[in-house]
Amino acid sequence: MLCQQCQKRAATVHFTKIVNNHKTELYLCEECAKQKGDFKMFVPFSINDLLTGFLDMGKTAAPVGNQGLIRCKTCGMDFMQFRKLGRLGCQDCYKYFAEELNPVIKRVQGSIKHNGKVPRRAGVGLRLERQIQQLKAQLQKAIETEAFEEAARLRDQIRELEKQLGHL
Amino acid sequence: MSWINESGPYNGIVMSSRIRIARNIAGLPFPSIANREVSQKVVDMVRKSILESNSILSRDFDFIPLKNLKDVEKYVLVEKHLISPDLIERAEVAAALINHGEQISIMVNEEDHIRMQCIFPGFQVDKAWELLNKVDDIVEESIEYSFDENLGYLTSCPTNVGTGMRASVMMHLPGLVATNYINSVLHTISKVGLTARGLYGEGSEALGDIYQISNQITLGPSEEEIISNINIAVRQIMENEKMARQALVQSSKLEFEDSIWRALGILTHARKLSLQEFMSMLSQVRLGVDMGIINGIDVVTLNELMVKCQPAHLQAYIGREANAQELDVARADRVRKELSKVT
Repeated sequence: MLCQQCQKRAATVHFTKIVNNHKTELYLCEECAKQKGDFKMFVPFSINDLLTGFLDMGKTAAPVGNQGLIRCKTCGMDFMQFRKLGRLGCQDCYKYFAEELNPVIKRVQGSIKHNGKVPRRAGVGLRLERQIQQLKAQLQKAIETEAFEEAARLRDQIRELEKQLGHL
Repeated sequence: MSWINESGPYNGIVMSSRIRIARNIAGLPFPSIANREVSQKVVDMVRKSILESNSILSRDFDFIPLKNLKDVEKYVLVEKHLISPDLIERAEVAAALINHGEQISIMVNEEDHIRMQCIFPGFQVDKAWELLNKVDDIVEESIEYSFDENLGYLTSCPTNVGTGMRASVMMHLPGLVATNYINSVLHTISKVGLTARGLYGEGSEALGDIYQISNQITLGPSEEEIISNINIAVRQIMENEKMARQALVQSSKLEFEDSIWRALGILTHARKLSLQEFMSMLSQVRLGVDMGIINGIDVVTLNELMVKCQPAHLQAYIGREANAQELDVARADRVRKELSKVT
């Protein structure tokens, strides 16, 4: 059979379109099919398919039936929606879906620890937070050993850093 | 120094080096679910971060809302590798910032709020990252990114999380294709976390023996490690390609040269050329030029010709909608005209 569009090459693509219950069938050659553009040619296997594959394999913590119930409190997306879409709704989805998502990320990426660039802005906050955590641990020790002068000094230092963090 | 009309290191085999990073703005929903208002806000923020920055770069950028472009103009940008087809699908809310030299482009509201890339001619991945890293810092001066201590830069799809980086090197590999070694090369690179695609992105076939080699993994290795991996692989592939070419010459020099000269004959005399035929003839001629068999033409001319003869560029050249047959005629026309200047 010849391509219905160019009438030159052999038709190798069978193209069915259903609009309002009306079915149109077209037999096209590969080239014309590509140029038609109103449907996507099959896309060979990509990493996104792989991701969906891993998600569908579903060695996730929650039974499939409950996945609709896991919901991102910030944007409202639920885990089933994510599985369908393959895209998260917002940055907090990473937090709310962590239990399901992290094992998948680990399988696809091989790691769940970023070792690359740190944005300067978030980086400053990160460093401050870590510093505050360290000081708080020291403060706890100082209180336990009744080193009150030291404790007061640490408390002031923590307040100062928390103020800086608040200004970021 | 655009990849299309300037030469770069190892240009005979490596056509371009590109780095792309994905970034999102802290506290805003990702483009997949953002409403028009949020999307507009994202566009404004990114536009300002570049155009109103103190950097000298700011004067170098054009701001392009996609809805202001005609279809053919959008696809011209895709063919130049400056925007992605996905951006066009969101044309209503999408925008691009492109510098005058066409090395840097920043896509707004693609799959992520911000996708920026730097593309250089030839083999210079490190340089592309050096520049893109600076652009990233400039944007970050006024925009806070979604970032997590453990997961790195947070992206709409978890396959990009971490560095958000995709480094990709476009290579012309006719020797490996002709000797059938290409499949084993592609198989090998897949084992070290790299992947190969055709000229125009994911899923597109390898027209004209052109392959884009890029990293799959974005989380774990640092940007520098990703780049160094890809550099090592590209150097190896380059060596393999050279050996394959030598093997072809040794097995039959006459056959080898004959097919190159025939390809040039077709390009300089055909009255119609399909994209497929054009790309495969161009591949032969490019091979002949790089191996010093054909003199007087340089690979940059051929790179330029390749892009000029893609469908949208031809549409723009003709200046009206054209069917497949008309495009093939226009392509042959344009090829003859461009090559008559140099042959």
